[in-house]
Amino acid sequence: MDYLLHILILIGIYVILSLSLNLIAGYTGILSIAHAAFYGVGAYVAALMALKLGTPFLANVICAIILSGLLGALVGIPSLRIRDDYFVIATFAFQVITFSVLNNWVSFTSGPMGLPGIPQPRIFGLQVSSHWQFLVLVGICAILVFLAARRIVESPFGRVLKAIREDEVFALAAGKNVAAYKVLVFVIGAAMASVAGALYATYITFIDPTSFTVMESIFIISIVIIGGAGNLWGSVLGAAVLVILPEALRFVGLPSSVAANVRQIIYGALLVAFMMWRPQGFIGEYTFRKGDQG
Amino acid sequence: MSLLVCEGLTKNFDGVKALSSFSCAVKQGEIVGLIGPNGAGKTTLFNVLTGFIPAESGTVLFRGKEIIGKPAHKITRLGIARTFQILRLIKRLTVLDNSLLCYQHQPGERLGNVFFRSRQSARHEAANREKAAALIKQYGLGDKLHDLADALSYGQQKLLSLVCCLAAGADLILLDEPVAGIAPEMIEKILDVIKGLPAQGKTVILIEHNMDAISRVCDRVIFMDAGAKVCEGSVDDVRNDPRVIEAYLD
Repeated sequence: MDYLLHILILIGIYVILSLSLNLIAGYTGILSIAHAAFYGVGAYVAALMALKLGTPFLANVICAIILSGLLGALVGIPSLRIRDDYFVIATFAFQVITFSVLNNWVSFTSGPMGLPGIPQPRIFGLQVSSHWQFLVLVGICAILVFLAARRIVESPFGRVLKAIREDEVFALAAGKNVAAYKVLVFVIGAAMASVAGALYATYITFIDPTSFTVMESIFIISIVIIGGAGNLWGSVLGAAVLVILPEALRFVGLPSSVAANVRQIIYGALLVAFMMWRPQGFIGEYTFRKGDQG
Repeated sequence: MSLLVCEGLTKNFDGVKALSSFSCAVKQGEIVGLIGPNGAGKTTLFNVLTGFIPAESGTVLFRGKEIIGKPAHKITRLGIARTFQILRLIKRLTVLDNSLLCYQHQPGERLGNVFFRSRQSARHEAANREKAAALIKQYGLGDKLHDLADALSYGQQKLLSLVCCLAAGADLILLDEPVAGIAPEMIEKILDVIKGLPAQGKTVILIEHNMDAISRVCDRVIFMDAGAKVCEGSVDDVRNDPRVIEAYLD
């Protein structure tokens, strides 16, 4: 039973990550491979504050959101001026830098040894410790993120995001400050990802930098693309499918040493297959293939 | 007083003179045709006026205020809207949404308002929706309101991009080949729309190769070649100007 709950909790965390990346990549059309970095910032801020300062969970989450948002602005403001492909490289650079800092600033982050014994959250006197309780907490956060994202994409603000995705020149000619919108949505996405990080850190109670590598970023991108870019339910569906899929492989009876590699191969193959035959994902509204855009 | 005054606009692309000290003045309520051979710098002029391309030198006064150096979105907000030679619309949004995008100062386009003043934003959005629907109906696309822009004919898309300029509330509308490549009855319709714009207080500059269309709507024509103004005047004067004939024969 706990195993099943564990899977659901992980799905909830990845729903938050993919929804937030969907706002950036699926709705606004700017592909970022720095999402795991913001996820990691959230996790480390929440973990370090809980371990070193003993501050309550909600305060840690708020700090994680603020710091991650600020970092998003720091990365976004200079790099969103450059064009599509170069922006991807800029976010890749930020991803690598973040990992290096987490991995090498040993006195502060414990480096590769990671941070063990992260206290579980206590919210308004309620201790969250069992799987059930975590599922409720993660579920509430995922629903809040979903509602916030839905409000954004259904508003006139969201209409501008879609216009930027489809035709930046038109958006400019319509009097929209395209650069400001891009930075803003990048900051929102970064802030949301940090919430997932804080949940992950306090749930697993141990984090190390290997959870927040570029591979993780690509995994989140896979969820967005396979689920369906530009559709919020696509992110929910994608997270469920891609979290459950490797678990299903466990029951095939592969030895664990092989299973891990098979998992990577399957993600890669799925991504290629979807890009070739179903670039809009399961239920998406946007493809990253240039020729498909009208 | 002139609505728009350009003076000494210059722009080079790798040594090709796209604009070479181009000057002109446009009065409120005028429809000015911009003609000239391909590569004369007509579209470059539009791009400079709307802030898409920076000019190397020269000034542009719009209602007496300098607009050179302002970013494109701010120029639109000041009241200059344009269409593009290669049609630009958000093809996967509806006709209504395309025109809604073009309204200025929408509270719902500010993130803070989306969350904290959602009622005010929704009211404003509902009002815009009505205005946009009325505008689209007025220009004969009423039955296409909820169709994707992609589903419109080429001519209807050109008409929609003109409607978008009106939705933007622009006083000066720059039309880049508004009737090129569309069916004759649609040309009639669009020309009628353009003719009616000065009555609404709008001023128009249009680029067009179709001389018949030019002579039917324009009060005045500017002939450009190699980035400079060769001559200007009434349609017939310009048509019979020896320099114009020479430019086309070259």
